Amino acid sequence: MAPRLKLFLPLILFLVLAAFLFRGLSLDPMAMPSALIDQPLPDFQLTALADDRPLSRADVIGEPALFNVWATWCISCRVEHPYLQQLADSGVPIYGINYKDEDTAARRWLRDLGDPYRANIVDREGTLGVDLGVYGAPETYLVDADGVIRYRHVGVIDERVWRDTLEPLWREVLALETTP
Amino acid sequence: MIPEFGHFALILALCLSVLLCTVPLWGAWRGNATAMALAPNLAIGILVFSAISFACLTWAFLQDDFSVQVVANNSNSLLPWYYKFSAVWGNHEGSLLLWILILALWTCAVAVFSPQLPLLMLSRVLAVMGFVGVGFMAFSLFTSNPFARLLPGTPMDGQDLNPLLQDFGLIIHPPLLYMGYVGFSVAFAFAIAALLGGRLDAAWARWSRPWTNVAWAFLTLGIMLGSWWAYYELGWGGWWFWDPVENASFMPWLAGTALIHSLAATEKRGLFKSWTVLLAIFAFSLSLLGTFLVRSGVLTSVHAFATDPARGLFILVFLGIVVGGSLILYALRAPAVSSRVGFAWLSRETLLLVNNVVFLVATLTVLFGTLFPLLMDALGQGKYSVGPPYFNAVFVPLMALLMPFMGIGPVSRWKQDSASRWRAELLVPAIATVVCALTLPLLHDGDYNLWVALAILLAGWVVFGMLRDLANRVRNASSLGTGLRRLALSYWGMFVAHIGFAVTVIGVVVTSQFNIEHDLKMSPGASDTIAGYEFRFLDVRGVQGPNYVADEARFIVYRDGREVVRLAPQKRRYLASGDVMTEAAIDDGFFRDLFVAMGEPVGTDGAWAIRLHYKPFVRWMWGGSVLMALGGFMTVADKRYRRQRSVARDTLRQGEVRGAQA
Repeated sequence: MAPRLKLFLPLILFLVLAAFLFRGLSLDPMAMPSALIDQPLPDFQLTALADDRPLSRADVIGEPALFNVWATWCISCRVEHPYLQQLADSGVPIYGINYKDEDTAARRWLRDLGDPYRANIVDREGTLGVDLGVYGAPETYLVDADGVIRYRHVGVIDERVWRDTLEPLWREVLALETTP
Repeated sequence: MIPEFGHFALILALCLSVLLCTVPLWGAWRGNATAMALAPNLAIGILVFSAISFACLTWAFLQDDFSVQVVANNSNSLLPWYYKFSAVWGNHEGSLLLWILILALWTCAVAVFSPQLPLLMLSRVLAVMGFVGVGFMAFSLFTSNPFARLLPGTPMDGQDLNPLLQDFGLIIHPPLLYMGYVGFSVAFAFAIAALLGGRLDAAWARWSRPWTNVAWAFLTLGIMLGSWWAYYELGWGGWWFWDPVENASFMPWLAGTALIHSLAATEKRGLFKSWTVLLAIFAFSLSLLGTFLVRSGVLTSVHAFATDPARGLFILVFLGIVVGGSLILYALRAPAVSSRVGFAWLSRETLLLVNNVVFLVATLTVLFGTLFPLLMDALGQGKYSVGPPYFNAVFVPLMALLMPFMGIGPVSRWKQDSASRWRAELLVPAIATVVCALTLPLLHDGDYNLWVALAILLAGWVVFGMLRDLANRVRNASSLGTGLRRLALSYWGMFVAHIGFAVTVIGVVVTSQFNIEHDLKMSPGASDTIAGYEFRFLDVRGVQGPNYVADEARFIVYRDGREVVRLAPQKRRYLASGDVMTEAAIDDGFFRDLFVAMGEPVGTDGAWAIRLHYKPFVRWMWGGSVLMALGGFMTVADKRYRRQRSVARDTLRQGEVRGAQA
């Protein structure tokens, strides 16, 4: 290689890198593809947090709902908690999956911070989490009336996430239900 | 009114920056001395207006002006005044304004402290820095205006500063870090100016060296503070996570370390010129890349700023212009022919080259690991995350490879050296090192730890090699005192920095190997013993802070029945945001830290999840970093640079006289 051409090498490497960075701008690092999209919610035999009553898949499906994976050890869950309450107050059914947590701590949390959940599935060992492919808390699944997972959101749900991604899907799922 | 004033000052600073990056360059091209002489004055003007702008934003924070959006989002009337002050840079917009202010500071410093520079060179250097300033000021004004108002609809109170940032370390960490980041723009500007002028010589290296050393020293301190903050504030006792944001600051440091060594070879021997220029471009490019990664949202991180793709695009375009432009310039103007100065295989040049190769490879592996998730995602290969296992696996061996050469470095000679001389010089240090490595780990009760022995071997080699060189230098002096005094400050700088590196290595390895961590459920009255320290849990009580309420646990630590210290970790709930934070309690010591952090309450009988740590030598890591930074600062105070300045002042005066006569 001519000596002068060699000096262009850093430039070329940089251009390749810049192309990747440009591509990166339009990708969402938080978006997690789930193998379970358009698959039925996995079956489970667990208990309810409130009263230790057995709880299974059949008990929680039948109408469109959000399934929110949370835990008391998860700081971000605390951040999204007030917004979940707001959603629940506006009529969106939310089921909690209390993931790898202590029951007493979880109950205390709901007592202190408010309880936006229809019911909480106690997933102490994280078995349901494994079936769902939970990546970390918080995570939220949109499940339709037939118990099919329509969408998965990794991370905190806030006003923006709800407005931009979840709400349109939610309306779609509701519309499907009313016009069979 | 005051925020609008600040906004206006920032616009004026932008206008002056536009002038700075055009008029002096035009002057340099046409040989117009008046246009070139404008550069230092413009630099001062930019500093004045950036400072006014920054002061206005600070005023808005201190006065709780919640009609300003960033104040409303990042401050609160209950916040203590010093956190209101640091909240100025605890957010994207304000930190960018801090960046602009620091760039203006550096630009002005170059303008004021460089009378020895030929006007042609000075005007080009300042113009390049002016261009960088234009980019950042435009970025601030067009995408992240810190003075944007919330009118109407001014909230009654602010949403509070993120509790993680309500901490002394975070008051000084960002300014120091930015001093380092932005300081590399000086080295960059010198490199570009030299390429523009077509003159890459020893003088150029001598001019840019002190600036680079200072920037590097600031960056060292900044990173060290970041690590220290993570250690006591994040509450889980870790001090380095290889998180993308940490890597963003670490990569310029690695490249900068290569740069300061390569500059030494260029100044003393006129070698590696193109290489040094490339490193200068590289180090600053990594600073810019860091800004891009932290503020664009392309990577996930535990402590990124609120991100926005539009901002990302702006920085990427700016990055493309600055880095792409300078690399094109480099490809066209850098001397393609290798310099005629030769050196033998066994010489200080070769050792510096080893340093450069190791640090460059380290930079690239960290860069690769940081960008890997993005690369795979962009190629449609799925989601990956790269964690500490990768970074440790590549980084630790690299540093271990570096240190044997580092021990020889100081005693080696320029141009040509011989293996037999090295053997003769380093025989005693080698024996001393081996003895230390064999015996010192025995002081720790428990098994003989090979990793610690290896760390002592490597660090000892560096220290004893350095001491050997010191002994050689003072040997011929009449007394030890005069011999030590006669040594140049730049030598002492290297001495201190290299010792600091060895100290850091010891700290990192010992604390990683001998760290003891207990996670347990403790009820009041219970106790637990680690490494001979008995932690007794007394009780938990409620305490009230200025803007939070907390549960505070009280611990007394005993050793051999005697009280060592009382520790009071807290679990805080901040009133404005409702955020819950763990405030660890730490007893620091020269040889060990004791660390208690509270988890969650467990059960109903008042028990808590408690984390106890015993961390030996953890302070050495930061102490060593402080020594490294101190070394960097010392080199700048060297007489060599001062002499230049006074000589230059004389020639300047003569020039004035001549000008007056003409």
